[in-house]
Amino acid sequence: MEVLKKLLRICFEHLEDSFDALFGAKWNPFYQLGALGWFYYWIVVVSGLYLYIFFDTGVSQAYKSLEYLTHEQWYAGGIMRSLHRYASDALVVMMMVHLLREFAMDRFRSSRWFAWFTGIPMLWLVFTAGISGYWMVWDQLAQYIAITTAEFLDAVPIFGEAIARNFLTDAKLSGRFFTLMVFMHIAIPLILLFVMWIHIQRHATPKVNPPKELAIATLSMLLILSFIKPALSQAPADLSIVPTTVNLDWFYMPIYPIMNNVSGLTVWIALIGATLLLMMVPWMPPGKRAEVAVVHLDNCNGCSRCAADCPFSAIDMEPRSDGSAYKMEAVVDASHCVSCGICVGSCPTATPFRTKSELSPGIELPEDKIKILRNKTISASRNLTGTDRVIVYGCDNSLNPVEVSDTSVGVVTMPCIGMLPPSFIDFVLSKKLADGVFLTGCREGDCSYRLGIKWTDARLAGQRDPRIRKRVNQDRIGKYWAGMTRRKEFFKELTTFRLRLNKLDSAQLEDQNKINKSSEKVDA
Amino acid sequence: MLRFSQLLGQIVSFILFGLMLGYFSNSPSYTYHDSEMALIMVSFSHASERKEECRKFTQEELNTLAPNMRRPMDCPRERVPLYVDVMLDGENLLSKSYNPTGLAKDGSASIYERISVKPGEHQLIVKLRDSGREEGYDYESDTVINIEPKEIFVIDFRKDLGGFYFQ
Ligand code: HEM
Ligand code: SF4
Ligand code: SF4
Repeated sequence: MEVLKKLLRICFEHLEDSFDALFGAKWNPFYQLGALGWFYYWIVVVSGLYLYIFFDTGVSQAYKSLEYLTHEQWYAGGIMRSLHRYASDALVVMMMVHLLREFAMDRFRSSRWFAWFTGIPMLWLVFTAGISGYWMVWDQLAQYIAITTAEFLDAVPIFGEAIARNFLTDAKLSGRFFTLMVFMHIAIPLILLFVMWIHIQRHATPKVNPPKELAIATLSMLLILSFIKPALSQAPADLSIVPTTVNLDWFYMPIYPIMNNVSGLTVWIALIGATLLLMMVPWMPPGKRAEVAVVHLDNCNGCSRCAADCPFSAIDMEPRSDGSAYKMEAVVDASHCVSCGICVGSCPTATPFRTKSELSPGIELPEDKIKILRNKTISASRNLTGTDRVIVYGCDNSLNPVEVSDTSVGVVTMPCIGMLPPSFIDFVLSKKLADGVFLTGCREGDCSYRLGIKWTDARLAGQRDPRIRKRVNQDRIGKYWAGMTRRKEFFKELTTFRLRLNKLDSAQLEDQNKINKSSEKVDA
Repeated sequence: MLRFSQLLGQIVSFILFGLMLGYFSNSPSYTYHDSEMALIMVSFSHASERKEECRKFTQEELNTLAPNMRRPMDCPRERVPLYVDVMLDGENLLSKSYNPTGLAKDGSASIYERISVKPGEHQLIVKLRDSGREEGYDYESDTVINIEPKEIFVIDFRKDLGGFYFQ
């Protein structure tokens, strides 16, 4: 499974690289899948409400009311119907790609099981919602769906009398089912909304709205499609004849032909088996989980920066428990923490300038202590030579920069680049451990830990605490967000950065010489 | 600034996505049932006879029962399987036995079969065994039917209506 996952991840990253080239990181649809899902959902709800105004919920009138919408009122009802269909289809596409992508990117381990696990009922909800929707049209397709679904349900003999019998001749009984479907088609999307909300409960500032431009473009595409190819009904249902050739919506009904040809029990076993398997994914294999962040109260001043920066809402600020003069203290919820270390990067007390070795910052990862990061930095810089000595800070989730280490490049990695307190850059430069600091990590717009790249950029730009100190020469800081795949570009950027350092150095030398010369003159 | 080539790429991506949605939302079509064929459906549920008849408990047996469970007759609830036979123009379409439902096998058996047949006039013979007999049938019906393509001909069974009936 690990090999498959890795392969998938590389495929995704390559594909996304080309989308980055077209859309830029900000609009890349692959970075917005969840948000696009929400957007499609809202389109479906709004268009559905419109349809419901004109829809006749009786089994004999439903078909006609939809024909009216489609043909007489094509400019409004017809468009709404098409939008309703195509946005629902797009929701399935988004959901499946999202599922595959979260799997490929390994974003369901440790405390992150929650989003994965709550995603699974959504699969069932989306598919049943869509299928009940097609049922409501009560055309030949609906009749086909009714028969096949009923046969499938009958495979589990819990319903007593065969449900499928209802769709043979008895118009009254199928009418009762119809009413049930109308009810389900409203109830299930509501439940879905609730689960969608649960799904993102552990995310701080979840992305539920795509960027405006992407939303407008997507909606325009759906509208144009609705004009060019309006959603139509098939011939009306007629229980006295068999549906023959039906035009399936393959986004929702890929398993229907299988259900016609395989015993219902087999399909049940396969579906339930697949669901259970998916549910177990976060614990397969049952790896050891990294230790969660720990607060050291004697160094926490209650500034709440860590709580503001934690991407997984794992930190709460609570009233002081140790009698200190500070009002609040940070408390980590171990069941939410994913051990990314981003909180460490945000803590003002996590600084390498403290030399008392026993001192630990307000918050840190027991397996990646700030003290150790400091020691690693010092030892990586130890044997560097030249005027373009660089410390590269990288993260464990993107390409491993170790192979660039040479006589003038030292490498230090951590779980997420967002874990690096900006004071480390100041430390490296002011202690002359290197001539420059270069940061790398996941691709812009797609941080493995959601917000690591965003916060790092903001901290370096002086827009977010902890800001980098003014005295730090920004020319000596470089960065390239490489992800897994952009190895070549990473090398190029690093080389350019080193050339810049060399130039800076000779410029400085010149300045120095000028000063020296003028002082010589004065001397003379 | 958005370059022209980028804009073009974006438009092409959206067109491809739209084409995919538009196409797979109702194509390719799927043939569930050959439009030249008719359909015979055998569909009914029926409770067969009990496997064993009721009999009086002997006094010894009554003594072994808990006092609140004592009753004069022992009536095992299990039913025999149903056996259904369908012949069309002398050709055997279905010969199958169906187990009663329920954990105690005391419910009715449910029959649901779809059989595609050529349209036109046919001689149809249906037989049902719902007792413990080894051979022969308890119900039998022999008719001539005339069905059209796509038509559904339903073979139903209602004991209170005297046996097989067709719609
Ligand atoms: C209607 C369908 C769905 C919608 C609208 C949806 C929406 C979202 C959204 C908005 C996020 C937050 C993204 C962020 O802000 O970083 C998210 C995260 C996630 N989703 Fe879904 N999702 C859906 C279905 C699924 C399914 C079926 C699965 C997999 C079984 C899944 C797995 C995940 C995972 C693992 C994450 C969290 C990743 C992390 O911890 O960063 N989702 N989803
Ligand atoms: S390591 Fe820190 S930032 Fe990351 S999830 Fe845990 S508490 Fe939040
Ligand atoms: S950032 Fe550090 S000092 Fe501030 S509340 Fe969090 S642990 Fe305490």
